[in-house]
Amino acid sequence: MKETTLRAKSSKPLSAYRLIQALLGALFAAYLIWRFYNVFLDGTPSYGADSWLRFAISGVVLGSVYALIAIGYTLVYGILFMINFAHGDIMMLGAFSGYFVFEALEKIPSPVIDNPNQVFLNAHPVISVLLAFIVGATVAAVSGYFLEKIAYRPLRGAPRLVPLISAIGASIFLENAALLLFGSQRHDFANPVQITRGEGWNIPINGEVVILPYTGVLTIALSILILVALYVLVQRTQLGRAMRAVAENKSAAALMGINVNGIISRTFIISGALAGSAGVMWGIHLGLVYHMVGFIPGIKAFTAAVLGGIGNIPGAMLGGMFLGIIETMGPAYLGMSFQLKDVLAFSILVLILIFRPTGLLGEVLSEEKV
Amino acid sequence: MAMLEVNDIHTYYGNIQALNGVSLKVEQGEIVTLIGANGAGKTTTLRTISGLLKPRQGQIVLEGNDITETPAHDIVYKRIAMVPEGRGVFARLTVAENLDLGAYSRSDRKNLAGDLERVFSLFPRLQERQKQYAGTLSGGEQQMLAMGRAIMSNPRLLLLDEPSMGLAPVLVDLIFDIIQQINKEGVTILLVEQNALMALSIANRGYVLQSGEILLSDTAESLKNNEMVQKAYLGIE
Repeated sequence: MKETTLRAKSSKPLSAYRLIQALLGALFAAYLIWRFYNVFLDGTPSYGADSWLRFAISGVVLGSVYALIAIGYTLVYGILFMINFAHGDIMMLGAFSGYFVFEALEKIPSPVIDNPNQVFLNAHPVISVLLAFIVGATVAAVSGYFLEKIAYRPLRGAPRLVPLISAIGASIFLENAALLLFGSQRHDFANPVQITRGEGWNIPINGEVVILPYTGVLTIALSILILVALYVLVQRTQLGRAMRAVAENKSAAALMGINVNGIISRTFIISGALAGSAGVMWGIHLGLVYHMVGFIPGIKAFTAAVLGGIGNIPGAMLGGMFLGIIETMGPAYLGMSFQLKDVLAFSILVLILIFRPTGLLGEVLSEEKV
Repeated sequence: MAMLEVNDIHTYYGNIQALNGVSLKVEQGEIVTLIGANGAGKTTTLRTISGLLKPRQGQIVLEGNDITETPAHDIVYKRIAMVPEGRGVFARLTVAENLDLGAYSRSDRKNLAGDLERVFSLFPRLQERQKQYAGTLSGGEQQMLAMGRAIMSNPRLLLLDEPSMGLAPVLVDLIFDIIQQINKEGVTILLVEQNALMALSIANRGYVLQSGEILLSDTAESLKNNEMVQKAYLGIE
């Protein structure tokens, strides 16, 4: 009896909050439907099918890069309950590594009879791309390892805000170190000629031709491959089980004989490798690298991780994809300028934090926890 | 030589002293119990032995080897396993995965199948629920899983922290039967319990802990008949 009255009391302000939430949600849904009418059904649509296909392609490509970076945030959050704000800069280091690999391979001559000026990069594109990804992932993984060791491990056990500040410090350090080492100019990523940016398969649609870029397909295919490999690693291997155990209960994990610090190091290595690969993809597909290249994708991927439910790996994948697509299709759908795509992405972050802090898949996680 | 010797350990949480010179011995093949009130230092003693806490002073000696400085994740390689208070099962992992992690320290992985069978014969429930998430198990099943997981490391010494906590009486009986059975199979047991009567009825010897110090130590039988113990811990006036 007593308990029920207590519950009724505490649920009163909650239901008012829920009501406002539902009202706002309904308004928003109505707005989206009205936009749907405006965009597709209203006499002269503002964008043709070809444009939408273009948006979709670049959205999925962008989304798969976000997904890879977002997983790094989620893995680290799952184990240490901290946001590794230097993660985007680890991605930048990977992008630069890929850039330097291509630069180096472009200088190695590999002449053939009918093309005496051919370079290694164009003669062996598969090896070159593979090499760029291996070096990029390795450099980023090693950086992630040392980042944890230097910036976070000494602060283990400190209040949660402290490593967060250390992360921001590490981020500023990495950005400025890159500025010193590589200069402030934007470096042009020299792709092998076979995957020249902007070239691809032509898809005729609506009397127009939409290009499905080679670099985009490479990005999507590679990230799917990496995501599947990661899923197998986390779900099916001893290391993955140990990682999940450490994420859940560090002292119980230690009692099993799991070296908790070792697992934390390996988590940073894996997150770093994912971010490094994402960096190389970014370079190959979008073409420019500079010392701040990781900043915006880093924050976007953080948004994606929160969107999917931070700490939840499938959530990060979904959130990344979702954000990539919203960013490219959203402005067109809402009739906004495309320059406002970042505003759109971060508005989603704010909305998610206000209305559903557990993220899209967050609830699933807590149900399993019960 | 005793299997486990704890010599005058002083353990602190920050600046708060929890153990003030605890010494105890466990002989091969025994069941030894630590009883005492809330906050007496029972759990702290087990956590210090298992390496989760470091004593500021004193030694922990396992068969002549000092293991005081051995980190928790290496203790299990010395074939000491602990079932922590509150069970510590990994709720988001399946029962099978939990058991598999119990064997994380094993290098003789070819013997695992046999040990898994042993665990399932002790706890048939776990076999039925292998694919279920550990978080969906009842409290009693979680206790079984925590014990089964500890057995998977093939320990010689098993540290049990409050295995009866929060369990229905019928399950408490079952758990205590199994503790005796594991002991008969050759595993030495150090048991921490609030349920002093139960603990003393299966133990060979017992220690009474109070305010971080050993107050009494005797055979389980004499402790049960000790007037002070009866008053303070067994609820017999």
